Amino acid sequence: MALLEVRNLGISFGGLRAVDDFSVNIEKGCLYGLIGPNGAGKTTVFNLLTGVYKPSEGIISLDGKDITGKKTIEINKAGIARTFQNIRLFKELTVAENVKVGLHNHLKYNTLEGILRLPGYRTVEKQMQEQAMELLKVFDLDDEADILAANLPYGKQRKLEIARALATKPKLLLLDEPAAGMNPNETQELMETIHFVRENFDMTILLIEHDMRLVSGICEELTVLNFGRMLCQGKTADVLNNPEVIKAYLGE
Amino acid sequence: MKADFMKKLKSNKTLRSNLITFGMVILAYVIMEILMAAGLLSNLLKGMLVPLCVYAILAVSLNLTVGILGELSLGHAGFMCVGAFSSAFFSKCMQEAIPIAGVRFILAILIGALCAGVFGILIGIPVLRLKGDYLAIVTLAFGEIIKNLVNILYIGIDENGFHFSTKSSLDLNLSENGKIIIQGAQGITGTPNDSNFTVGILLLLITLIIVLNLIHSRDGRAIMAIRDNTIAAESVGINITKYKLMAFSISAALAGVAGVLYAHNLSTLTALPKNFGYNMSIMILVFVVLGGIGNIRGSVIAAVVLTLLPELLRGLNDYRMLIYAIVLIVMMLFNWAPVCIGWREKIKYKMKSRKTVKNSGKEA
Repeated sequence: MALLEVRNLGISFGGLRAVDDFSVNIEKGCLYGLIGPNGAGKTTVFNLLTGVYKPSEGIISLDGKDITGKKTIEINKAGIARTFQNIRLFKELTVAENVKVGLHNHLKYNTLEGILRLPGYRTVEKQMQEQAMELLKVFDLDDEADILAANLPYGKQRKLEIARALATKPKLLLLDEPAAGMNPNETQELMETIHFVRENFDMTILLIEHDMRLVSGICEELTVLNFGRMLCQGKTADVLNNPEVIKAYLGE
Repeated sequence: MKADFMKKLKSNKTLRSNLITFGMVILAYVIMEILMAAGLLSNLLKGMLVPLCVYAILAVSLNLTVGILGELSLGHAGFMCVGAFSSAFFSKCMQEAIPIAGVRFILAILIGALCAGVFGILIGIPVLRLKGDYLAIVTLAFGEIIKNLVNILYIGIDENGFHFSTKSSLDLNLSENGKIIIQGAQGITGTPNDSNFTVGILLLLITLIIVLNLIHSRDGRAIMAIRDNTIAAESVGINITKYKLMAFSISAALAGVAGVLYAHNLSTLTALPKNFGYNMSIMILVFVVLGGIGNIRGSVIAAVVLTLLPELLRGLNDYRMLIYAIVLIVMMLFNWAPVCIGWREKIKYKMKSRKTVKNSGKEA
């Protein structure tokens, strides 16, 4: 059984059919790409998967559990974490605190313990600090742990967003244009990071990307969207050589 | 043990900053007590000591909503009003039943905080769905509603229990030996004078501990995450409604504590536009903004300076409000103008580099 199963997903905004009849199976451990021209509905699919929008029709199931129409928080608890196309960090918190917010639902103490600084606070905060630093080390951010997230350079902000998503201990990680705005060197580094995350965290990854070098470099399977509909689905090499796909990207 | 603590103090920025805040308050208290003992304090200033604590607590509590949660609330005086009247009502009823002032006052504080907190939750549930200007306007309206409701409330007690009315004291139908507790616009008279400067400072310290510890805990991080980016906070599994309500109700409860302190400092408690109206809410907001949004220590300083200033300038008669206004503008510029921020950073940097030069000199 696939980790993520999506059947006939669709949503309309007024008269606009943003996503229509979208189906996909993503196996555990797979690195899956979602590509398509601007306005094809890729981010809308992410928003449907994470509960930002409720689908008009279709079924989404994660690891055999139906999560269709659930709230964003519940979907995150069920095991889907994401990053955003336009970076959304907690800018006035430090880098380490950003990751600790990600750990919020895994390491707990109650409000009273926090206000009165009871022993529970100390032990759990210590665990949080350790786990956060461990994650930051993976992304080579441990030196910047105490500076504000807003003051990080762009490439590191992207990395921090991935680290924060991983802190919620997801089964499936959604990356929305992780290489947007990066130069070729940074993109190369990002590809290595994504590979590393998959190997070390045993993660299944679904990503949206425009950078074809990244897509052909790391994605094993692809789905191409155009005007909200699926154009093509399959192994990366086959999909990228499909004349329909080339037409959609480059025109006749 | 001591060396350990010093090391921790050096490495832990928040701990250091918190201790500076507490130290500042305690120092101010000691200085005031010495001045009072030496008889150097005018009666006017003596009378302002408790209100100073009240305003400082209010500013700190509002900063929790405005600076930490990031929502503009203009109804804070309403929560203070709830705390003041509920606790004054309790103290007046229990004046004979609990003769020990300390116990009665502690209970009054808890009741004031609880009532204001409950009002915070009740108002927060519908109101926190709104954002920005809309939230500000609706909180403003709720603040005024609370004040006006208190103004028409009549409560009396006799051997048959409590009597309520919203028309006049005659409508209470009290028996001969009944007594009126809340008398509409005339408010509550004869509340026991349980609060004093020491109690005020203690409550301010407790407020600071609660707010600062909350900010630097798991819940505080969740609240600030919501402030910085609601969508991202939701995507990592933060319950938005829960934490917004938590911040708002704790903020309201602390405003209620300020109300308790205020009520027990006066012999007659009335709900006037001056003390519980939107003027008051705006004034608290001015403290918060001038002290720095999200800066708890700044709120305390701004509340004290801006409360004392008009009184200290009283000798200048007509010019005092002018000077007050100029000080407001200058403080605002100093805190927020980009030029001033750059200038401050420069000085800070210079101080730091001088220090490092000194240290490296020592090592060499």
